[in-house]
Amino acid sequence: MSVAAPVIELSNVRFSWTAASPVVIDIESLRIDEAERVFLRGPSGSGKSTLLSLLAGVMVPRTGGIRVLGQDIGRMGGAARDRFRADHIGFIFQMFNLIPYLSVLENVCLPCGFSATRGARASGGGTGIEAEAIRLLEHLDMADAALLRRSVNALSVGQQQRVAAARALIGRPELVIADEPTSSLDEDRRAAFLDLLFRECEQRHATLIFVSHDASLGSRFDRVIPFGEINRPSGAVNAPDRRKP
Amino acid sequence: MIAGLAVKSLRNRKFTAALTTLSIALSVLLLLGVERIRHESRESFTATISGTDLVVGARTSPVNLLLSAVFHIGNATNNIEWKSYRAIADRPDVAWTIPLSLGDSHRGYRVLGTTPAYFEHLRFARDRTLVLEQGRPFDGEQDAVLGADVAQSLKYRVGDSIVIAHGAGDVSFTLHDEHPFRVTGILARTGTPVDRTVHVTLAGLDAVHKEVESGEDPLAAIIGTRQRTDAPRAVTAFLVGLKSRGAALSAQRAVNEYEGEPLTAVLPGVALQEVWEITGAVEKSLFAVSALVVVVGLSGMLVSLLTSLGERRREMAVLRSLGARPVQIFSLILGEAASLTAMGIMLGAIALYAGLLAGRSWLESRLGLYVAVSWPSAAEWELVALVAAAGLLIGLIPAWRSYRYSLADGMIVRF
Ligand SMILES: Nc1ncnc2c1ncn2[C@@H]1O[C@H](COP(=O)(O)OP(=O)(O)OP(=O)(O)O)[C@@H](O)[C@H]1O
Ligand SMILES: [Mg+2]
Repeated sequence: MSVAAPVIELSNVRFSWTAASPVVIDIESLRIDEAERVFLRGPSGSGKSTLLSLLAGVMVPRTGGIRVLGQDIGRMGGAARDRFRADHIGFIFQMFNLIPYLSVLENVCLPCGFSATRGARASGGGTGIEAEAIRLLEHLDMADAALLRRSVNALSVGQQQRVAAARALIGRPELVIADEPTSSLDEDRRAAFLDLLFRECEQRHATLIFVSHDASLGSRFDRVIPFGEINRPSGAVNAPDRRKP
Repeated sequence: MIAGLAVKSLRNRKFTAALTTLSIALSVLLLLGVERIRHESRESFTATISGTDLVVGARTSPVNLLLSAVFHIGNATNNIEWKSYRAIADRPDVAWTIPLSLGDSHRGYRVLGTTPAYFEHLRFARDRTLVLEQGRPFDGEQDAVLGADVAQSLKYRVGDSIVIAHGAGDVSFTLHDEHPFRVTGILARTGTPVDRTVHVTLAGLDAVHKEVESGEDPLAAIIGTRQRTDAPRAVTAFLVGLKSRGAALSAQRAVNEYEGEPLTAVLPGVALQEVWEITGAVEKSLFAVSALVVVVGLSGMLVSLLTSLGERRREMAVLRSLGARPVQIFSLILGEAASLTAMGIMLGAIALYAGLLAGRSWLESRLGLYVAVSWPSAAEWELVALVAAAGLLIGLIPAWRSYRYSLADGMIVRF
């Protein structure tokens, strides 16, 4: 594990939502390696989702540096960060992951619309993006022909989460970030969902960061990070506002 | 990509999108309809007197003379003497004249006494001449030629006999029933006041009036009948065609300075311009009302887009997580506003043309308004462009809000 290249490196990262509001994130250092499966656990409101926003480059820290896949995303412009996210990161939310007016298949193919890189990788086998999407959905037991064209509003929550997983995985992003993807699933479903997430990430050598307050899931991961131990916010940041769109 | 998303998003909200489109379409229909009617009514007025160089009548305001003599709107002024008419008609620069004698009616339609020159020289719709659909022009004192509307709505045919009444309007006190006319011809539709006119000869009209004086009018009986001459006593006005258009101003001056009696000559184009100045205020307020209706239609769109934003913050966050740039979120919402506006404009234009096709015969028969179903004019394109610009401008508001949201929320999906 230690010989692997770092996928994420944080040093002295501090973040607050506005210049006046309290510091939410204050992390001295954090390193996550390639193909590692990390479980990030912490109480509600402690800033887990905020950290994920920083990792994904939607927000930038007020001070400190964040390197993702070897690149300092704090130094990138807004457009470059958006492009970087589209190219390299797959995201799964807790709920309401899908675009309600697109079909199952369209939702899964959507990342390839924002990233040519992922589009190229998805159709890399020469079969095309849709074929790759169907292949992914097959792995998730979701490739029923009637299901593919169905509106995502007509899916169960568990089905929606599987579609979201397929969307996060299409085009082989190096980093998969899941923000409490299982909290709306029952126990059996939760286990099945984790199984397939692990399987797909392993096949692709993707790094997985998984956030939840459900400590019972932690045993299945390579590493469990108690969020409270790495994040120790104290007082307000007095640095100039570096937050960029 | 973003355009595709905008269209699919709208399709997903079919009902509100359809309602919004409909309200924009109706407002566009009203705006374009008002402009079209305004333009066509001007055209049709202008076309009615397209071949005439001067209109001459007793001294009055140019607008009054034009409206009463040509469009049969309002009451005719004093008559002018036959010898004044002859004096001007015989001028060397005059090519033709059409004498007009007004003041009688038949069941609500104006009766016009004139001469065969009317059928020969009158032009409408730029250069078309009057055409008889049935029968022949008038010839004798008892002949009458009907406009298309008169024949159609009163169900007259060639050979029918009609009685005219003194004075305009439906209820007339004196019916000239001792002197009935016989319908000899019915004119084809022109889309001008001709359609609503009963045409008789000057001599015929004179004969009617002499009967009144000698027979029914007690005052005339006391004074005694006038001497009977072959020439009609008077005409109300006459239309003049000149040998050369360039002579119009000098001919007008000559008429205005005629010494026999005070006369007025008007150039139809100039007098119409005055009419437009009078109607301009009404047109402007109609236009203002329809422009306001467009604003209301677009505000409906604003409200529906703004209210949808609240529930779409999640969608925005998901799009951001997939790599959508804030600018793309902005264009998504703006694209929806643009599509709604564009669909509204197209639907409104289609409705306008459908309405014109369906309603043109009604407009023609009821208002005498001949409406051409032609391509949009430059002014109409301009209006459409204005509505489109306003739609985009209004779309900037929700687009900007969603842009701000997507920056402030980041990727944290709120529930
Ligand atoms: N857009 C925002 N603007 C300002 N403050 C925010 C915003 N989003 C989150 N916060 C604040 O940041 C803090 C951390 O929020 P965050 O959502 O990261 O917590 P979390 O650990 O993910 O909680 P949970 O487990 O409930 O999802 C909270 O105090 C929250 O109020
Ligand atoms: Mg969270």
